[in-house]
Amino acid sequence: MRELTYLEAVREAMSQEMRQNEDVFILGEDIGVYGGAFGVTRNMIEEFGPERIRNTPISEAAISGTAVGAALTGMRPILELQFSDFITIAMDNMVNQAAKIRYMYGGKGKVPMVLRTPAGSGTGAAAQHSQSLEAWMTHVPGLKVVQPSTAYDAKGLLKAAMDDDNPVIFYEHKLCYKTSSEVPEELYSIPLGKADIKREGKDVTIVATAIMVHKSLEAAEALEKEGISAEVIDPRTLVPLDTDTIIQSVKKTSRLVVVHEAVKRGGFGGEIASTIAESEAFDYLDAPIKRLGGKAVPIPYNPELEKSAIPSVNEIVAAVKETLNR
Amino acid sequence: MTQVKNLPPNVKETDLTNLLKQMWQIRFFEEKVDEFFAKGMIHGTTHLAVGQEASAVGAIAVLEDRDKITSTHRGHGHCIAKGAEVNRMMAELFGRTTGYCKGKGGSMHIADVDKGNLGANGIVGGGFAIATGAALTSKMKNEGFVVLCFFGDGASNEGSFHEAINLASIWKLPVVFICENNQYGMSGPVKEMMNVEDVAKRAEAYGIPGAVVDGNNIFDVMNGVGQAVDRARNGEGPSIVEAKTYRWKGHSKSDAKKYRTREEEQEWRAKDPIRHLRDVMIAEGLLTEEAADEIKAAAKKEIEDSVEFSKASPMPTIDDLMEDIYA
Ligand SMILES: Cc1ncc(C[n+]2csc(CCOP(=O)(O)OP(=O)(O)O)c2C)c(N)n1
Repeated sequence: MRELTYLEAVREAMSQEMRQNEDVFILGEDIGVYGGAFGVTRNMIEEFGPERIRNTPISEAAISGTAVGAALTGMRPILELQFSDFITIAMDNMVNQAAKIRYMYGGKGKVPMVLRTPAGSGTGAAAQHSQSLEAWMTHVPGLKVVQPSTAYDAKGLLKAAMDDDNPVIFYEHKLCYKTSSEVPEELYSIPLGKADIKREGKDVTIVATAIMVHKSLEAAEALEKEGISAEVIDPRTLVPLDTDTIIQSVKKTSRLVVVHEAVKRGGFGGEIASTIAESEAFDYLDAPIKRLGGKAVPIPYNPELEKSAIPSVNEIVAAVKETLNR
Repeated sequence: MTQVKNLPPNVKETDLTNLLKQMWQIRFFEEKVDEFFAKGMIHGTTHLAVGQEASAVGAIAVLEDRDKITSTHRGHGHCIAKGAEVNRMMAELFGRTTGYCKGKGGSMHIADVDKGNLGANGIVGGGFAIATGAALTSKMKNEGFVVLCFFGDGASNEGSFHEAINLASIWKLPVVFICENNQYGMSGPVKEMMNVEDVAKRAEAYGIPGAVVDGNNIFDVMNGVGQAVDRARNGEGPSIVEAKTYRWKGHSKSDAKKYRTREEEQEWRAKDPIRHLRDVMIAEGLLTEEAADEIKAAAKKEIEDSVEFSKASPMPTIDDLMEDIYA
């Protein structure tokens, strides 16, 4: 099968969907001839024109609110935010409007929109352009939150997000954009709420998101050389969360390490850890659950400091060993 | 030359020499950064203001030292004009501990609070309300300083523009909002992103003055901003001054500039603001050709020296990571 990069997979999903569904359109800053801040929408304006690849002014509040209004009245907008950090400016519309409308209106109407946005550190863009704020979004009932780690997942999950009748926040990790994997030509859907076991193992379960999936797989390989067999699970969507797959895995391995790039304090790792603590898998645990997350620090500019602010492969290896040596 | 007759009275001839030098420092700083970026010696992202030197230097020239500014993502020029040391700026881009942010901020976050530079900003429109707040301090503490808020044409479409200017106007705060209209917000041309030709016209909606100046003519900038600053200092409230200018380079490193033409770029390059100041000074007998060349050479050397300084400066260590999060 042919390979696509994650970035191309996202673009292909949108292009194929737009060909078959007239209601889908994209709005965002510099998505036209510029092709978007990271090039995701490159050349799309040539095929779909400026009506459907809608360049907006720099107005995140207006764009997100416009997407809510358009979604509520029959369109299926995809909103591209140049950096996930700018969700702060779109926050009112996402949190107080998009997430609440259907419920507040007693089930009347729906808000089928996707907010796509690159998140994460690793590019030297420093504190205001490198955050991982997904946990904020998972706290808000009414929003779905997706975090693909591979090109294959990105295409299938984006299709599902576009088909979903709810507001979906679709986080793309900047460092994943250039990674590639086999991606089918046709449009396919990966259901939201279905985790993927990226690697099977029996000694420990590592639950990792986004770029940390890749680091955890690397860690698992290193561990294998020392005779340790790690299972790596990528939840892929945080809301809805596939708790079953994680619980089953922990029952099998009896150990859990959770890894994400976002700041550990208040991060989604706490949610996964408590899910296990509250479940039948708790009785199977042979060691305390270990969480690895970003340090509670704004992402620094200096490349070495930037790297040290988030979990490394070595730290994942060490965390696994720690749980095994209990 | 008519421009010189328009000079604000508080600017002396000797100051002009310094302004010319600052403009050259900005130009050479930016070109050095561009070069190092291409070579991978500076990482992250930077936004260069080559071609926009007159608005930064001209606007800040009419301020007093105690006055404050807020800057933007394209802020190297504002920083230099407000008196920052190029050594510490370059060191910041190299991620060194001697940099203005100890290597933690990078290009988009350089601040020099002691000198009244309240900081660059990675968030478009992030400076509007901060400037309004600083002006509120000035008024509440009766400190008499004025705040100059730099922003781009694109930023004026953010809600924060409208909210902050409305607030500053009803409270009559001593702040001047200076728009560096370089014709584009990233790839979005002004004429497609707003339905008024001049950002300054938006001032009307808030009941404050809005003036348009030639942003490539430093005298025009000094004049326009000078009047607005006087007004602010006299307790008459905020204004908007819009300097029409152009950024010669792309928005940031990965910009193919497909949204504009070579002809347009050439047209604006011909209106080089540094050349303009130099020519006027020579024509007015304020400067000889040789002296002009010396100023340029001195500025260039300072930038070269800043590179040496940066390379010789230490990198932060892991121990520095968790410092400065809380006061
Ligand atoms: C809130 C926010 N939205 C988008 C961006 C990405 N961005 C950075 S600079 C820029 C263009 C700003 O245009 P303008 O205000 O005209 O300033 P210029 O770059 O032309 O100096 C954009 C869209 C950002 N940094 N912050």
